Amino acid sequence: MADSPLARAVRWDTVVGALLIVVLLLSFGFVDGFGNALNLSFLIGNTLPIALIALPMTLLVVSGEIDLSVASTAGLSGAVMGALWNQGMTIETIIPLCLLLGAVCGLINGLLVTRLGLPSLAVTIGTLAAYRGIAQIILGSDAVTDFPTQYLDFAAGRIGDTFIPYALLPFLVLLAIAVVVLHAAPFGRSLFAIGASEEAARFAGIRVKRQKLILFTVTGLMAALTGVFWALHYASARYDNATGLELAVIAAVLLGGIDFDGGKGTLGGAIAGVFLLGALQNVMSLVNVSAQSQIVVTGVLLVVSVLGPRVGRQISVARAGRRAAASTPTS
Amino acid sequence: MTHRSDTGPAPVLALKDISKSFGAVRALRDVSLELFPGEVHALAGENGAGKSTLIKTLAGVHRPDAGQVLLDGEPTVFHGPADARDAGIAVIYQEPTLFPDLSIAENIFMGRQPRRALGRIDHKATHAATVALMQRLGVELDPDRPARGLSIADQQIVEIAKALSFDARVLIMDEPTAALTGSEVARLFGVVRTLREQGAAVLFISHRLEEIFQICQRVTTLRDGAWISSEPLDGMTEDDLVRRMVGRDLDELYPKQEVQAGEVAMSVRRLTREGVFTDVSFDVRRGEIVGLAGLVGAGRTEVARAVFGVDRWDAGEVEVDGKALTNGAPSTAMAAGLALVPEDRRAQGLVMDMSIERNIGLTGLRTTVKAGLMDRGAERSRSLDWAVKLQVKYARIADTVNTLSGGNQQKVVLAKWLATAPKVLIVDEPTRGIDVGTKAEVHRLLSQLAADGVAVLMISSDLPEILGMADRVLVMHEGRLTAEIPRSEATEESVMAAATGRAAA
Ligand SMILES: Nc1ncnc2c1ncn2[C@@H]1O[C@H](COP(=O)(O)OP(=O)(O)OP(=O)(O)O)[C@@H](O)[C@H]1O
Ligand SMILES: [Mg+2]
Repeated sequence: MADSPLARAVRWDTVVGALLIVVLLLSFGFVDGFGNALNLSFLIGNTLPIALIALPMTLLVVSGEIDLSVASTAGLSGAVMGALWNQGMTIETIIPLCLLLGAVCGLINGLLVTRLGLPSLAVTIGTLAAYRGIAQIILGSDAVTDFPTQYLDFAAGRIGDTFIPYALLPFLVLLAIAVVVLHAAPFGRSLFAIGASEEAARFAGIRVKRQKLILFTVTGLMAALTGVFWALHYASARYDNATGLELAVIAAVLLGGIDFDGGKGTLGGAIAGVFLLGALQNVMSLVNVSAQSQIVVTGVLLVVSVLGPRVGRQISVARAGRRAAASTPTS
Repeated sequence: MTHRSDTGPAPVLALKDISKSFGAVRALRDVSLELFPGEVHALAGENGAGKSTLIKTLAGVHRPDAGQVLLDGEPTVFHGPADARDAGIAVIYQEPTLFPDLSIAENIFMGRQPRRALGRIDHKATHAATVALMQRLGVELDPDRPARGLSIADQQIVEIAKALSFDARVLIMDEPTAALTGSEVARLFGVVRTLREQGAAVLFISHRLEEIFQICQRVTTLRDGAWISSEPLDGMTEDDLVRRMVGRDLDELYPKQEVQAGEVAMSVRRLTREGVFTDVSFDVRRGEIVGLAGLVGAGRTEVARAVFGVDRWDAGEVEVDGKALTNGAPSTAMAAGLALVPEDRRAQGLVMDMSIERNIGLTGLRTTVKAGLMDRGAERSRSLDWAVKLQVKYARIADTVNTLSGGNQQKVVLAKWLATAPKVLIVDEPTRGIDVGTKAEVHRLLSQLAADGVAVLMISSDLPEILGMADRVLVMHEGRLTAEIPRSEATEESVMAAATGRAAA
């Protein structure tokens, strides 16, 4: 469909960006305790795990795949970190090992998807359970908390009295890299093609399987990084760290206008979706909405974000009064 | 706009002063058309003239901005394709619209399956009815096999069976023959003649003018969305028709230049893919256009796919410029200078949701790069350059390709591959769905490429095209090369004999 200027202006990711600003303004105005620097730094710090995984997840969904095992990989990396720390290894050795482990977890997902041709939804539901199970075997019900203070401070602290957590800075660097890769590099361009039509991408000489393998591996790596960050940020490495985080990540990414069918979306939209979700969770905590109810809200957002762009499209198609014969077979 | 009206039977279906715009594109301007029972009516015009749009308006897919659709003389509004179907109008669209996961029988009787008690679908009756339809069409297709993986020609057959399955009074066919070879066209025309004798009105679109003269009685011509003429074909010549379509005289359709063939650019040795093609060997030299002829299903496309690397081969080898290609790796084939314009533009040639610019750009992901990032300026000028060279008709280069007419989509696929400056160019049905003017243009282009030293392998079901353009004709029959005929000896008879397996190999 040819986008009219109006249609482009009301693109879903712009809508979400605007929504984020509205929510922030309303919260500043009406929610007690929202606007102070400490709370804002909490908001950002608590949202960072979602944001970190959302980066590779956005690329993955754009290419038409998904990874549900990310939270388990994060949990596994935290558990291994705790176990190795208990063994007396230095943190400087542990962290690279954890990242490597995450990359291997992602690689396994990727190999199952690309070599065996299994749907990523099924594969990663399986590894979601498997990776979490391994985490539990490794650490049992222990909680490891005595990591070196300078690391804990970095993961949980903020710059002076500002609202900026230290950890935001490396995240911004990663975000910039992801934006460049998806929107300015040939790799990203090929992901959009793969997501929109894998066959046409293959006929254009794009190495579809290799690109997907790389993506899954990087996703695993980023999930492990998130696991490390999580354990340090909350000063607790447990096997069940980050449980359910995949739901928040996927909700946020879809909310940000990344099409579940692949081939569409922008990282800007995805990140707006992430922080919209983060802001809502923060506000709900401030006004004492229970954790369970917060999950309900996440679920509803997920449904809305899948439906929203579709309904929008339906409306614009209906308004244009054309039903393309190609997309809706007759009879 | 006045319009010649016939005495005799009243038109079953008519369009009166229809206009339809897509944004700034005026696809139809005050077009009128009358369809009479018992006639086969041709709709002619260049790519983007508005033929498909007119058909979609007749079929209730598009609502006209102005004007009327008259059914048996009564003004009618079709709210959707289902309305049109209920009125006895069957439409075969330019692009097949089958559900890949449903069986052939289910596709044909989608939503109208024979029922048994309690509303259960009567699979036996559906199966039987499908077999009957296939017999009527004279084809052998298993009703229970899924539509996925059917060749374009077979998909077209299923669409036609679907249209026949409810005894339509009006049959509208948008380029039904584009993917068919001679014998299949003849078979289709047999069916059309039967329908016509039974009193049906048929509207027929084709860019192959000889077909129009073969099967049609009257012709309506469109140019840039405007009605040009409606008249009997009796006494008209192809040149007359072309002049109405393009508004000027046409240059030569097969502008083949004599080129001295150079050294071997691509060499295919004993290539075999189990159960698909066997022991295929041939060379293509620089400056040569080698035609690859054969019936649909002879394995021509499959050989091309394997050579380019989208399928794997089981035995044999392919060399480009003396270097062996990796099995199953399109990216290395591309790097070696190979390009493949595939047969199915919607599924393989284009990412339909992407812009013209980006589709052409997809083959430049390695070249239009600066410091590891996409060089947008270079990408745009590369795309624009080729879109202009091939005279693609579009509003903006950033429009998605699914807003283009069929022929213009095909040009984008060509543009995308010519932009890679290939050493060896394999084109699979390069002029399918392309109008005569552009066809001559594409032929000139291929000829020019060959003259510039490119080795061209041209697969085509359009025999005159093969005979007109090829220096050498290879013929395949049931997965094997059965003949190699030099240009001087290639005739319709010699090629068809080899294609049907009658010639001594
Ligand atoms: N859905 C659409 N949105 C925007 N423009 C469209 C749309 N459908 C058709 N057009 C435009 O309308 C014009 C007529 O297109 P149409 O498909 O009717 O041509 P055609 O005569 O069938 O050509 P061809 O022989 O190539 O199939 C073209 O310029 C095309 O780009
Ligand atoms: Mg058309």
